[in-house]
Amino acid sequence: MECLELYDGNLDVHTITNRWYDEFKNSNYGAIVTFVGVVRDENGISGLSFDIYEPILKDWFEKWQQKAKEKNAIVLMAHSKGDVPNHTTSYISAVCSPKRRVALELIDEFVEDFKASAPIWKYDLIDGKRVYAKDRSTKLQGAGVLQ
Amino acid sequence: MVTIEFLGPIGKEPISLDIDNLKDLSKILQEDDSLSEWLENSAVAVNDKMVSSKDYPLNDGDKISLLPPVCGG
Repeated sequence: MECLELYDGNLDVHTITNRWYDEFKNSNYGAIVTFVGVVRDENGISGLSFDIYEPILKDWFEKWQQKAKEKNAIVLMAHSKGDVPNHTTSYISAVCSPKRRVALELIDEFVEDFKASAPIWKYDLIDGKRVYAKDRSTKLQGAGVLQ
Repeated sequence: MVTIEFLGPIGKEPISLDIDNLKDLSKILQEDDSLSEWLENSAVAVNDKMVSSKDYPLNDGDKISLLPPVCGG
């Protein structure tokens, strides 16, 4: 099973999270922690939109999979490309681990590093146009090397 | 010849240049006023590996990507 899933448009949360649960409930993971992000209706947006650079996202995710493996855990992630309306979901991640503490700590670190390092660009959808969410975006490590 | 792609919101078509290192690329891109803000806040990858020094040598066929600030989720 692919542990990193990318979809056009909003995610089918029930299908994805149920599939993850069914896949891993028999693998003797004592803890499965799922994080589901939901697009909020705020600042006059009708939704969010995303661009993803897949080669570097896959490398980033693979490093996290290795890190999780060292703790006998696995990480799972699904993310949207393109437009995602308000009150739907663009991002799901999960950690499956034999130990509760590992799962809770790893999901926190994983989601935080995702926000800082995953090569994904977010846009607000305002009057049908994409507006880059510049103020909410984070420079990647090493930014400005060409300055 | 190397290819330069401008990812996400930079919104510029890819270009091809005959250059040997990232210093040369920096000089050329600095002449483009539309890129000044992006050069300050973008990270760089060569062949999909992040690079942290301008001294990085380039080879024929390399792909260089500019990655502006990110916000997933």
